[in-house]
Amino acid sequence: MSNPNKVNQISKIFADQKAFIAFLTAGDPSLDKTEEFILAMADAGADLIEIGIPFSDPIAEGPVIEAANERALQVGTTTDKIFAMVRRIRAKTAIPLVFLTYMNPIFVYGGERFFATCEEVGINGVIIPDLPFEEKGEIRELAGSHGLDLITLIAPTSQDRIQMLARDATGFIYLVSSLGVTGVRSEIKTDLAAIIADIRQVSKTPVAVGFGIATPEQATTISKLADGVIVGSAIVRIIAEHGPAATPILSDYVRRMKAALV
Amino acid sequence: MSKGKYGIHGGQYTPETLMNAIIEVEKAYEHYKNDPAFQDELTELLNEYAGRPSRLYFAKKMTADLGGAKIYLKREDLNHTGSHKINNVLGQALLAKKMGKTRLIAETGAGQHGVATATAAALMGFSCEIFMGKEDTDRQALNVFRMRLLGATVHVVTSGTMTLKDAVNETFREWTTRVDDTHYVLGSVMGPHPFPEMVRDFQSVISKEAREQMLQKEGKLPDAVIACVGGGSNAMGAFYNFIPDESVRLIGCEAAGKGVDTEEHAATIARGSLGIFHGMKSYFCQDEYGQIAPVYSISAGLDYPGIGPEHAHLHDSKRAEYVPITDDEAVAAFFYLSRTEGIIPAIESAHAIAYAMVLAPTMSKDQIIIVNVSGRGDKDVAAIARYKGENIHE
Ligand SMILES: Cc1ncc(COP(=O)(O)O)c(C=O)c1O
Repeated sequence: MSNPNKVNQISKIFADQKAFIAFLTAGDPSLDKTEEFILAMADAGADLIEIGIPFSDPIAEGPVIEAANERALQVGTTTDKIFAMVRRIRAKTAIPLVFLTYMNPIFVYGGERFFATCEEVGINGVIIPDLPFEEKGEIRELAGSHGLDLITLIAPTSQDRIQMLARDATGFIYLVSSLGVTGVRSEIKTDLAAIIADIRQVSKTPVAVGFGIATPEQATTISKLADGVIVGSAIVRIIAEHGPAATPILSDYVRRMKAALV
Repeated sequence: MSKGKYGIHGGQYTPETLMNAIIEVEKAYEHYKNDPAFQDELTELLNEYAGRPSRLYFAKKMTADLGGAKIYLKREDLNHTGSHKINNVLGQALLAKKMGKTRLIAETGAGQHGVATATAAALMGFSCEIFMGKEDTDRQALNVFRMRLLGATVHVVTSGTMTLKDAVNETFREWTTRVDDTHYVLGSVMGPHPFPEMVRDFQSVISKEAREQMLQKEGKLPDAVIACVGGGSNAMGAFYNFIPDESVRLIGCEAAGKGVDTEEHAATIARGSLGIFHGMKSYFCQDEYGQIAPVYSISAGLDYPGIGPEHAHLHDSKRAEYVPITDDEAVAAFFYLSRTEGIIPAIESAHAIAYAMVLAPTMSKDQIIIVNVSGRGDKDVAAIARYKGENIHE
């Protein structure tokens, strides 16, 4: 379990504002560029960065992020090189950083070794899309013993599971806005307000909504309901389109998105 | 609590979006597996529609030619649609019907599981969508047309290595977008619980019959049972009822492609390591960072980087043995069985035949081997001709 006396670095970002959370895939198009993108987005007002450790078979991702995973692996990105990049970033910014990856890269690296290294380089949490509540026991303990939050995902299909999931969430709750995989969506139909009300009955952990959010208008709408907004595919798409030259476009995008939160 | 464990293997490593769907399948299966009416309905389908029981055929010429153990062939190739896949599909389709689902989705490698699913969908009135890697739609073109003929939509998967693993990824992705009316008919003893157990139960009819047939024909148990292993469903089905019979060797044949010392193989037990992928803890071909390896086999059905969790456990406990068989050995066996017994096996099943050809001569004439002929080879004829340098059009 995380040390209760230590201020939770992740929860803190929601304390007096709506949070903007940005996702990108490490190593797309290179780790040097990922470092530059992260620092630029932090400067532009992002409150937390989710760093995707690329995986060969990202089954929760849509085509945009899947392609980013492939590009990153093609240029030889590895977990060790990503740790080295995080170490460099940590020397320059205190922004909370969370890894997003799948069970296999963590398991094969070695759970204890993975989380110990996360702690050492300054990672604050981890999101594992293919680790459900039923299987999380050992991983949650390992993460907790190194001061990391294991972020809880709640989906539109969670229904009777919502309160069980929310009850022991720490850091923030990642509320998946829509069925399906990641990707930009024109419309979000899930009754988020009802799910958030359910969560609120049992947990004070901040709720951030992700999957499909791309425009400032969507960000405004969602931020009226939730504590934070998570954007992945729209950012990864900017990186795919502009490659190494994406930095100023990302800064501008993050600034507009952050300004749209109410 | 983690469910569906086989020793350290198995589990339910699935995105939250799918958990309620999977729990729904689990509960339905728990209920119907003990429901005599469901079992009767399934048996009726298996017998009257799929043509069970399948024959246990004494391969007299092959036995004489190899000069060792007696060889019996379990003829799953004679089932309707041409492989063992129909056993599992009829079970899951019937379950999906009871669950009120109206749409079936499935992955396929060789196309046999896709054809079986499209067949059951036509029979029972489901809409049906099949996901198949582009490599496989190219090398198994005949089966792609068969699925379309049966009314299914075939989606060509162009992500990753464009083979079976990527087809599984894509089918899981599709399921997360639409769970209410859709059942994912997983085609092998893999994936999250309850699939490994449910698929094994539906396939175990193979060893239930084979055991009875053998006792009837020979008055004793076989000395070895041999089956090919992709995800492992025909092998699990062929092994299951022999597991308590400790004198019976259980031997799974993995695809060694161009050799286990090359990069081009799909030999999970020989070359893989422990991992967590596609919903289960098991052995996988992967690198030191847990990236799943691109695998290779001439056989689209065995071209998979993992193995079902119950096999992983049978390997750990040494109850079963797993041997690698190369493309060349499988192709030789494909020709051998065709010419010796007049039976053209699926190239997958030819991997099991190949090992029987190695093992039988080392055994005595009063010993017995059962080889599971998981499917027929019509689908492979054009690809084998190409392998031999002949370009025939399908
Ligand atoms: C004839 C045949 N045998 C075997 C297999 C491999 O699957 P499994 O290992 O699940 O039996 C396939 C898969 O496509 C097949 O078509």
